[in-house]
Amino acid sequence: MSDTPQRDAIIKVRGLRNQFGPQVVHDKLDLDVWRGEVLGIVGGSGTGKSVLLRTIVGLNKPAAGTIEVLGTNVLTAPEEERRKVETRWGVAFQDGALFSSLTVLQNVMAPMREHLKLSPTLMKELGALKISLVGLPQLACDKLPSELSGGMRKRAALARALALDPQIVFLDEPTAGLDPVGAAAYDDLIGELQRSLGITVFMVTHDLDSLYAICDRIAVLAEKRVLVEGPIETMTDVDHPWVQEYFTGPRARAAQVKGTGNGTGGT
Amino acid sequence: MTVMVAPVLRVEAQNGCAVVQLSGALLTAYLAEIEGVFAQTSPTEKHVQIDLTALSAFDTGGAWLVAQLRRRLQQGGAEVQIAGAVDHLALLETVTTATPEETPHELPEHGRLQWVANIGRNLVFGWQDALSLVSFLGQTLVGLADIFVRPHKVRWASLVTHMQDVGFNAVPIIALMGFLIGVVLGFQGASQLQQFGAEVFVVELIGISVLRELGILLTAIIVAGRSGSAFTASVGSMKVQQEIDAMQTLGLDPVRVLVVPRVLGLLIMLPLLGFVANLFGLFGGALMSWVSLDVNPGMFITRLHDNIAVKHLLVGMVKAPFFALVIGVVACWQAFQVQGSSTSVGRRTTSSVVQGIFLVIALDALFSIFFAQLGV
Repeated sequence: MSDTPQRDAIIKVRGLRNQFGPQVVHDKLDLDVWRGEVLGIVGGSGTGKSVLLRTIVGLNKPAAGTIEVLGTNVLTAPEEERRKVETRWGVAFQDGALFSSLTVLQNVMAPMREHLKLSPTLMKELGALKISLVGLPQLACDKLPSELSGGMRKRAALARALALDPQIVFLDEPTAGLDPVGAAAYDDLIGELQRSLGITVFMVTHDLDSLYAICDRIAVLAEKRVLVEGPIETMTDVDHPWVQEYFTGPRARAAQVKGTGNGTGGT
Repeated sequence: MTVMVAPVLRVEAQNGCAVVQLSGALLTAYLAEIEGVFAQTSPTEKHVQIDLTALSAFDTGGAWLVAQLRRRLQQGGAEVQIAGAVDHLALLETVTTATPEETPHELPEHGRLQWVANIGRNLVFGWQDALSLVSFLGQTLVGLADIFVRPHKVRWASLVTHMQDVGFNAVPIIALMGFLIGVVLGFQGASQLQQFGAEVFVVELIGISVLRELGILLTAIIVAGRSGSAFTASVGSMKVQQEIDAMQTLGLDPVRVLVVPRVLGLLIMLPLLGFVANLFGLFGGALMSWVSLDVNPGMFITRLHDNIAVKHLLVGMVKAPFFALVIGVVACWQAFQVQGSSTSVGRRTTSSVVQGIFLVIALDALFSIFFAQLGV
């Protein structure tokens, strides 16, 4: 699917530079995310995967560069236009970042309440639908985040990210801290939602299984930029020590065997 | 990006079959407007076709609406067919399978019965809290007693840190508070006593009220606000971070490690702080008497010597350790009650201060009665 001729960049990052004091994290980083794909961002510790995600969603101001999301330059656009773009993406943070004083249902309803003019009943119904879409039982609706397990919290965070029917979903380490079965189920869920809701997924991950199971394309961060990008099969041909080690190590081989089973998941 | 057009629903009847024609962008954003139209759509025909082909945009909110319509029509006995683009149909199927059978309903919170139930629940919870607080007090006292029996078990670093936090760092605010109390008493006393020409009794007024009651009581209240809240917040966040669980698995008793040094620090420092407050209260009172009543410092000290017995100071000071124990135990107990999230830390910190201050004042009232009965 990544080779279709009329592919259209939903996120366009050009010449990005991120710097914290004397430490340069990104320099002249270019990245395109195509509409409807699942893009996995990988890289060693400290290569700025999460910083890249935070920069795109506007939580971190870059030193230089442009970021275009859905055709809007999010760094220079006026406040109102930026807000509009913000309602069209959803972010699920690593530990969920659910509002601890609200129940799961209220968490999912929070963005709706802010951005949509819906009656409370309608909002509740839609909230319950989102919660069930991510595979949580209806019992979870009235639970507080502290009463959920780690895996359920991640699903609840995904439900909140999906609250406004976004076109792009950002996931930060979606399977970190889950057991292999839970992680595989979560991968399946993301792949399924991506296909049925037609969303674009931008995920930062370490999980080779996820990369093989659901990512259409992979971007490797190294040397302060996107070193290579492409489908996972092409990664083993890249001549870079870190990439070689990452994609041809014993864990990668094991994941590959598993991943080819459920295919690369195009639409 | 496509231009968003509000969705339109039209019903046409074609030889015994109703066609529900949908066009425009059927998105969550338009749900509020179009929902009523959907609710009123109830064709009488046995065959209904819902046509999604003309939709320019479709999302889960829209799909939910179509799914609800389909379900309602089917329950009415109609045969429903859906036509539309492949991905729209796929989305509709996903949403249909995901739609929960019953919408979640929150527990009814009104009603007289609920009100009565709440009273009962609060009573039971209050009683359980009281029991738990008393047992915590017992644990703390055992921990403290243990330290007196085996002094080598004192955690000096922790104790000294807390003594500095609770005591030394509080000296400026306590001194200022004491001084101002003295000034206020002197000033109020002066304006009243002048009317009777009894200016000189201002010394007794200030001496007795500061030494016996106000110095210690107000110090305890400030310490409850300042250190009680700090104890609850810091130990409470340790509870959230599972540090207390970790301690238990390592064979460390959280009461001895966390509570005893804090309470002991308070026990040592609160009387000293109270003494500082007394000194500055007398100083402020003397200054005010001199300024507004011409009672010079020499006379103030002489009268203080002659007419204020040492027992007044002792009555005040003897209360300090009890206040310290109450503040420390309540604050740490609240911290141990923290559950789950950081919101709970905030709530517990508030109750720690409120309960601490309330119990200090209640205890002070008991002491008053006690000393009155003793005739001290």
